[in-house]
Amino acid sequence: MEKTNYESVVVLTPVLSEKMLQEAVSDFEKLITENGGELIHKENWGLTKMAYPIQKKTTGFYQIYEFAAEADTEIVDKLELAFRRDEQVLRYLTIKLDKHALKYNERRRNGEFNKPKVKEAPAVADKVAPAAPVKAAPVAEAQVEKVSNEEAE
Amino acid sequence: MAKRKRYKRIPIIRPKKYCRFKKSGIKYIDYKNPDFLMPFINEQGKLLPRRITGTSLKFQRKIAVAVKRCRHIALLPYVADQMK
Repeated sequence: MEKTNYESVVVLTPVLSEKMLQEAVSDFEKLITENGGELIHKENWGLTKMAYPIQKKTTGFYQIYEFAAEADTEIVDKLELAFRRDEQVLRYLTIKLDKHALKYNERRRNGEFNKPKVKEAPAVADKVAPAAPVKAAPVAEAQVEKVSNEEAE
Repeated sequence: MAKRKRYKRIPIIRPKKYCRFKKSGIKYIDYKNPDFLMPFINEQGKLLPRRITGTSLKFQRKIAVAVKRCRHIALLPYVADQMK
């Protein structure tokens, strides 16, 4: 049986203490491993500002799990049920990863994207301003930058 | 009677649009990176049409999914007055 790769993003309430946060994070981790999932990677973004308030909270702890599991186990159902039951969870999102996503995540983990990410930000700013009417020149410039980034890797 | 002069319409020459994902070989669009998705949405946080960004259909679909996921985990707003 082929294994399927999943990725879960969980947004936890900002009112948690450090200890409670760690507990919640490790609880979900345990849930994954106990149900036959293989934890590949986990990531904590810490307290992050959200784009809009959820339950009157403007920040949240972002926790990302990447795991592999057999396709016909009910691990995702169980995990999402746990998320729904937990009142500390503001939002969750579980997705299946395709082969391109896997490659991307691996490169991201190895820190290959840190450089392009920084360089992409100014390029974005360039592109944003003349979005609709004058498009050719700035986009082309940004593109050249991006391409060279790719090559540099 | 003098005939009214008919002017030929001068074609506006614009550089051809291209799909930036195809060009730079990006195959996966990360929904966890709102900065990357910024060029594909307008000030209200709405998705920009393909005819403006020049993205190919394949990647426009992927962008749409990525933006929607990004909104769900509250990294991009569903509605905004001024994003930029």
